[in-house]
Amino acid sequence: MIELTHYLIVAAILFTIGVCGIILNRKNIIVILMSVELILLAVNINLVAFSSFLGDLTGQIFSLFILTVAAAEAAIGLAILVTYYRNRGTIAVEDINLMKG
Amino acid sequence: MSVAAAFFYLFSGVMIASAFMVIAARNPVHSVLFLILAFVNASGLFILLGAEFLAMILIVVYVGAVAVLFLFVVMMLDVDFAELKQGFLQYLPVGALIGLIVALELVLVVGGFAPSQAALGAPRSPAPADVSNTMAIGLVLYTKHVYFFQAAGLILLTAMIGAIVLTLRHRPDIKRQDISEQNARTRDEAVEIRKVPSRTGV
Repeated sequence: MIELTHYLIVAAILFTIGVCGIILNRKNIIVILMSVELILLAVNINLVAFSSFLGDLTGQIFSLFILTVAAAEAAIGLAILVTYYRNRGTIAVEDINLMKG
Repeated sequence: MSVAAAFFYLFSGVMIASAFMVIAARNPVHSVLFLILAFVNASGLFILLGAEFLAMILIVVYVGAVAVLFLFVVMMLDVDFAELKQGFLQYLPVGALIGLIVALELVLVVGGFAPSQAALGAPRSPAPADVSNTMAIGLVLYTKHVYFFQAAGLILLTAMIGAIVLTLRHRPDIKRQDISEQNARTRDEAVEIRKVPSRTGV
């Protein structure tokens, strides 16, 4: 029988893979964005699992809004990436120092 | 082992393996394709949980829009990805350490987890038993959470305008058709009549 804990552990593993992806691919901003998507997917799995096992629809509603924000984030992030590539000709993360931050 | 349990292990196993390949693949195009595989398997998990609407939304929004957007950007940018992949081994020890710690803590927290009776007792929006998942979500989303729904629409509008403003560029050196200027042309400014006197030329 599959319990709530099984889903939570799967989501935890997925979350960990996403965090590791950000650390390991520190130079490649496209893979960093994909890792952020993986982290958000792990959060969604948690919310939907809780919603299903507690019989409460609020988790699924919340997950829907997370999907909205994630789609907006991906669109804006990739737009910034394309603009940056057009101006500088590179997307290496360590070269991103235009604002001297 | 029941069929549902077998499918749970299939979906979650393939999802975790493809998520690992997302961060480990050399070619970013392969990364995006593995990301699509991970999302498809996650939507399988959602179906197992009884959340069909979110499963279909995940396929439509993520596989249909976001992953294809990633694919476009990866293929459009002419970047030497092998160079960006350098340093992977250099960061591997610290990455593995942090990942191990995070995974250990999460599993420790989650492993001994059980929801409290207070949370089980009174769900804020209990799922109705006699309607489908999509209808149940609609019944709650458009009544109780309608302001959040509107806010989500505004977020998407902002993202759309932002993406267009960021990537639109006006190039002054190319010729374009300006229809309003064409329609605003009158006969007086377009045609000029000159009297050319004989034997002198213009």
